[in-house]
Amino acid sequence: MSATSADTRPGRTTDPALRGPVARPGSRLLHRMVWLRLSLLLSAPLAWMLLVYVVALAALLITSLWSVDSLTSEIDRSWTFDNFRTLVDNEVYRTVTLRTLGVAVAVTVIDVAIALPIAFYMAKVATPRVRRMLVVAVLTPLWASYLVKVFSWRVVLSEGGLADWTGFGSPGYGLTAVVITQAYIWLPYVILPIFASLERVPDSLLEAAGDLGAPSGLVLRSIVLPLLVPGIVAGAIFSFSLTMGDYITVNIVGGANQMLGNLVYINAGAANNLPLAAAIAMIPIVVMLVLLTAIRRTGALDNL
Amino acid sequence: MKNTFRKGRVAAACLTLLSVSALSACGGGDDDKKVEAVEKIGKTEGKVSILAWPGYVEDGSNDPEVDWVTPFEKETGCEVTSKSYGTSDEAFNLAKSGEYDVIAASGDLSLRLVASKEAQAINTDLVPNYENVYDFLKNTEWNTVDGKNYGVPHGYGANLLMFNKKNFAEPPTSWGAVFDKAQLEKNKGKVTAYDSPIYIADAALYLMKTQPELKIENPYALDQKQLDASVALLKEQRKYVGEYWSDYLKEIQAFETGDSVVGTTWQVIKNNIKNPDVDVTLPTEGATAWNDTWMLSSQAKNPNCAYKWMDYILSPEANAQATEYFGEAPNSPEACEQTTDPKHCETFHAGDQEYAEQLWFWRTPVKECLDGRTDVECTDYAQWTEAWTEIKG
Repeated sequence: MSATSADTRPGRTTDPALRGPVARPGSRLLHRMVWLRLSLLLSAPLAWMLLVYVVALAALLITSLWSVDSLTSEIDRSWTFDNFRTLVDNEVYRTVTLRTLGVAVAVTVIDVAIALPIAFYMAKVATPRVRRMLVVAVLTPLWASYLVKVFSWRVVLSEGGLADWTGFGSPGYGLTAVVITQAYIWLPYVILPIFASLERVPDSLLEAAGDLGAPSGLVLRSIVLPLLVPGIVAGAIFSFSLTMGDYITVNIVGGANQMLGNLVYINAGAANNLPLAAAIAMIPIVVMLVLLTAIRRTGALDNL
Repeated sequence: MKNTFRKGRVAAACLTLLSVSALSACGGGDDDKKVEAVEKIGKTEGKVSILAWPGYVEDGSNDPEVDWVTPFEKETGCEVTSKSYGTSDEAFNLAKSGEYDVIAASGDLSLRLVASKEAQAINTDLVPNYENVYDFLKNTEWNTVDGKNYGVPHGYGANLLMFNKKNFAEPPTSWGAVFDKAQLEKNKGKVTAYDSPIYIADAALYLMKTQPELKIENPYALDQKQLDASVALLKEQRKYVGEYWSDYLKEIQAFETGDSVVGTTWQVIKNNIKNPDVDVTLPTEGATAWNDTWMLSSQAKNPNCAYKWMDYILSPEANAQATEYFGEAPNSPEACEQTTDPKHCETFHAGDQEYAEQLWFWRTPVKECLDGRTDVECTDYAQWTEAWTEIKG
């Protein structure tokens, strides 16, 4: 680390006075100027962030203000709010937005309801051995391809499929099938953050509450849940945003329904109308921004 | 320790430089586009780049048994690189990049390529196997513009009506099975339809035959009133649709399990369904269809190898292999003799001109009416897409 350690290396000890100024003016400059050192260090990751996130979002916004010339299918780069006007005027976009929001909320509620007891068992009840096995069991589905899982659900929910055998009957392809499939697929993303935040709840708190005579329901409500909020919020953000953007599941098990992602896909792919696709893509982004701002206000993000 | 630090700093600086240069490196000019046909084939370039539907350019990497590219490479010394696409619109954007010498295009793509000067006229004299091709496939409105050939035919197939015999007292013979309310009622929730704006043409074709007062002459040339009528019909149909399909594996599964019992299909799908109750028919109204053309890019860097490929893929042996693998009608009687399944051409009605005349091959709807009307403006594909979004709701 120090200058002497470098100088003691063979072949480098000839004449420090001569070598110094020639070999390392850069080092000395950077050593003196903390600001320069820091900016050089951070510029690459920052540039990357800027390119991948900020520039992409800005490009999306700008594109949504353009239009497409129907004859040449070239993009017309003059400013217009036509795309957003279409979104507002046309009833179908409202219906699809509400449908997408409904599915996302349903998936999130179901996932949180399933994840809470599983995570609690994993973190507080199970022996370390069982806990390790459960963590592996929760993570394993993430190794399987998303498409394989969705197609499996398609087979399960089909006529005469596994769901029919159980006696409950299959809901058939439609929104219910989408909610079931998405809830299954995003479940690990909800269990893990809740599990992580449960692990941080000290056992001593639970024991103290028990010693003071609190029934288990009260312990859960007044001690565990408040400490869990950040984990639940993190998991809910995952499942909500992932469902908002999905378009493959609804294509495979959603019957004749479409969600926002499908509208983006058909406009970007089939219609070659990138500006309208960009405008539609702004809807989930705006929804997520509003949601995150609201959550931030409650302070739930502070402890993430 | 010191060295690592220094390396890290250098790497960071390099990354910064890289990202900046990546930003500024955008752009680049248009190459000269050559749209005129060549007089003769020159020396081959040793390579050719092909853009095609999946299953059109098989070199054995998907299935060692399925390979008609390697013989071509050995024969001509042109090394093939290929890319497959999923929709005509995707292909249009890829073709514009100029990376591809040869493009296999359906009728809803070929004219867009010609109009945007992405296609080069073809000198069919330089494609000896063109001679064998069925006459009714030559000089058609989707491969010839102003008397100039812009491509050579590959093969064709129809969008047929598929149904489960168990759900029909008598086999249906009309598209009314998926458009007529009384017939739809019996199969509510089990009707399927192709998931693309181009499916509007199927409704227009049905209206063309059942509601003459709408005066539809060509299902791809609809004025606003005719489009509205087609959309209304499809919105009615939507109430009975169980699901729309664009992935053909999805449709195979739905018909095998019985989740879908009636709807539009391709012959290749029917051939893959093991359920013996499922059958297909070409309804009396005719059908929409696809007809593919090998085109030469106006930006082709390897035109000579491209010509060699077009001739090769038109040869009876290669055409038989490719069309049989995909499940469509070959383009020549000679190819029909080369298929491994002797009944292949019968199944796909190859060369059956009467059959082909009932088919409305996919076209891209444009503002300028395709049926020649000049007193009205027709609806274009962007409007169809918007309408399709509304139909699905």
